Amino acid sequence: METAPKRTNYLNADYGIRSWLLTLDHKRIGILYLISITLMFLLGSLFAVLIRLELLTPAGDFVQADTYNKLFTMHGIVMIFFFLVPSIPAVLGNFLLPLMIGARDLAFPRLNLMSWYVYMVGGIFTLWAIITGGVDTGWTFYTPYSTTASHSNVLMTAVGIFITGFSSILTGLNFIVTIHTMRAPGLTWFRLPLFVWAHYATSLIMILGTPVVAITIFLVGIERAFGLGIFDPALGGDPILFQHLFWFYSHPAVYIMILPSMGVISEIITCFARKRIFGYEFIAVSSLAIAVFGFLVWGHHMFTSSQSVYAAMIFSILSFAVAIPSAVKVFNWTATLYKGSISFEAPMLFAMGFIGLFTIGGLTGLFLASLGLDVHVHDTYFVVAHFHYIMVGGALMGYLGAIHFWWPKMTGRMYSEWAAKVSAVLVFVGFNLTFFPQFVLGYLGMPRRYHAYPDEFQVLNVMSTTGASILGLGYLVPLCYLTWSLWRGPLASANPWKAAGLEWTTPSPPPTENFETTPVVEEEAYTYPLKEAEVV
Amino acid sequence: MSSHTTSALTLFLVFFALVGLTGVTVWVAYIDLGIWSTPVAIAIATLKASLVVVIFMEMRFGQPITWFASSTGILFLILLIGLTMADIVSRGWLGVPGK
Amino acid sequence: MSSSTTVAHQFDDAAQQKRASTLGMWVFLVTEVMMFGGLFTAYVVYRSLYPEAFAQASHHLNAELGAANTLVLLGSSLTMALAVRSAQLGKRAGTVIGLIATIVLGSVFLGVKAYEYSHKFHENLIPGPSFVFPGSEADHAQLFFSLYFAMTGLHALHMVIGVGILGTLTVMAARKRFSAEYHNPVEIGGLYWHFVDIVWIYLFPLLYLLGRH
Repeated sequence: METAPKRTNYLNADYGIRSWLLTLDHKRIGILYLISITLMFLLGSLFAVLIRLELLTPAGDFVQADTYNKLFTMHGIVMIFFFLVPSIPAVLGNFLLPLMIGARDLAFPRLNLMSWYVYMVGGIFTLWAIITGGVDTGWTFYTPYSTTASHSNVLMTAVGIFITGFSSILTGLNFIVTIHTMRAPGLTWFRLPLFVWAHYATSLIMILGTPVVAITIFLVGIERAFGLGIFDPALGGDPILFQHLFWFYSHPAVYIMILPSMGVISEIITCFARKRIFGYEFIAVSSLAIAVFGFLVWGHHMFTSSQSVYAAMIFSILSFAVAIPSAVKVFNWTATLYKGSISFEAPMLFAMGFIGLFTIGGLTGLFLASLGLDVHVHDTYFVVAHFHYIMVGGALMGYLGAIHFWWPKMTGRMYSEWAAKVSAVLVFVGFNLTFFPQFVLGYLGMPRRYHAYPDEFQVLNVMSTTGASILGLGYLVPLCYLTWSLWRGPLASANPWKAAGLEWTTPSPPPTENFETTPVVEEEAYTYPLKEAEVV
Repeated sequence: MSSHTTSALTLFLVFFALVGLTGVTVWVAYIDLGIWSTPVAIAIATLKASLVVVIFMEMRFGQPITWFASSTGILFLILLIGLTMADIVSRGWLGVPGK
Repeated sequence: MSSSTTVAHQFDDAAQQKRASTLGMWVFLVTEVMMFGGLFTAYVVYRSLYPEAFAQASHHLNAELGAANTLVLLGSSLTMALAVRSAQLGKRAGTVIGLIATIVLGSVFLGVKAYEYSHKFHENLIPGPSFVFPGSEADHAQLFFSLYFAMTGLHALHMVIGVGILGTLTVMAARKRFSAEYHNPVEIGGLYWHFVDIVWIYLFPLLYLLGRH
């Protein structure tokens, strides 16, 4: 086992639990988030395991229908609000943003620590709701079921999500101010890494959308608590208004999950193709375009509700518009690979997986944006498969790619490349085996959110559960070898991938102040192939 | 950079303008303007809000980014209300219940 | 370097710190616009669906008190602006007096609001099982009052937080923490206070004045 030479870095600058829980260092706060969201991911996965076990057989024999309702609800709530939304921004964004722009920290370190505590308090409320009986409304809290009929812990869960929303707002606010005011000398907007652009766009959605869902959930809470009729049709309320307000945030929230991943992919692709990214400006601006267009399409979740057909037509057309900036990114990544000297290290495998899976997820999204087809497949497994291709195939692949890419920087240790490649393949194969059959199931008419199904769907469901087992294995393997690497991994150099970017010019792990002297940037991003002198 | 200050006279003048506009908004509320009563009320409120933003909140000394931030907020609020109302208003045009 | 004590380690200089904190407050106010925006959307939707019921229900609000409270709040914005001006000029006494006047006016506003709320309570206009409203559109009037309490309640909560912030600023100003060079917290607090005023500028006509003629 190698031992690190004595050098003060952010990990050994201070010791003890207090030094972590009261830290103002963005890198340590990133680590706090990493631990918290990993635990939440395990919890959400546990619910997924139970769901897939129930669906192994057509009869509802493993859990009761009521229990099943709670399982898919809590899977959705934990995965979306407590894992996917904070995943890349709160862990890697926190860790990398100041490093990438040559700053000593985020603009508001106290606010940053507060956002983690807010996240934890919201998490505790939600966990308490889960432990004391769970919630069964679906992660969407549709009224009037959630306000009048449901007998589960809606109120407690709503409080938890309301609180957690503020953690997201604080993170977004911090990022926007940091990117605007803390860039190193010479680091102009169009020299910024695309990861930073993606996080800027993500932060915009966080600050514009999250407050709306917060106030909406608040209204659901007081309606349920005091017997008001804000969204209750029996008292003149309009449940469709709830859906408008809810999806105003929750559709853009999908882009909160996928945009940071896209930023990660841009970094990884250009590094392992040893070639400057193709169409830098287009990728940068398309992030903003996705963030803005993303706010114009929410009505496509409501095509089969009593939303007016005319509004539905507008939303349908606008939904197609989002495909344009998304496709711009995919084409530019592909063009970057063209004639690059590509090597397939583990982060690159995850990135390649992302491109394929995101493309499938995006294209099936166009099916669902079509008014006529959506009526047929609405609330079937086609929808379930589609958004898992985006959220798991896209966002989670990107997250894993990012963890593998920046792990040496975060911990100062290398992991087993061989094990990482195995994990990337397991995840890709397992994922497709899990969710591709669900496209077929949905197309054949299997509705989502039922614990039992007709016999003829069993083969495809068994395939799906098998795939989920492989996928689960693919997630457990990194947990093992990454943890192992913390003690036994070879020491990482400052720039193990020979990548461009300010974060690779400082030692691994970085010192608390990030840089000994504030770097000065004199050229554009991604000057691949690097000149030998530049490789630290 | 914080050499900009607003004179006390300007601040008082803005205050009296705001008080006057409050009087106007109450006054027009008692006149039957038909469908125009709400747009007029919103217009007066927006005028008052603009005075507060530009003078009291020193937007006129602010950097471009503060203009950008505040107009982003207003734009997305209009989107939220506008697209929601696009549904509410056009319901029933088709004459099919529930569509 | 006496000013270095007030510049946090992550910033290069006071100018950068001021830019960051000012932008931070503006971005925060954007989130506030969207948070109130959800309620305004609900208001616009229901008012367009039930204009008659909303007009009737609005008549049960006290427009005179609402107008008086508007003037109180506008006055507090003036004193806040004067406090910021004094802070910019490095006049400590003026800052403290302006802040205290703002706190007093803000408290008057909250007191009047509390009086109005208790009045609604005695008239059984609090939404919920005990809600009583004459006429055929009681349910829709109840929607109006649900939104009235949600909107003015959220606004009042912001006022309470604002009074707390101003109290802190007053203590800091009295302890000579600010100077002509460093007074950014006062400016930031002012931005917040003026924003709360703006929300009320819209709430007053929308809730109190519709259908008065």
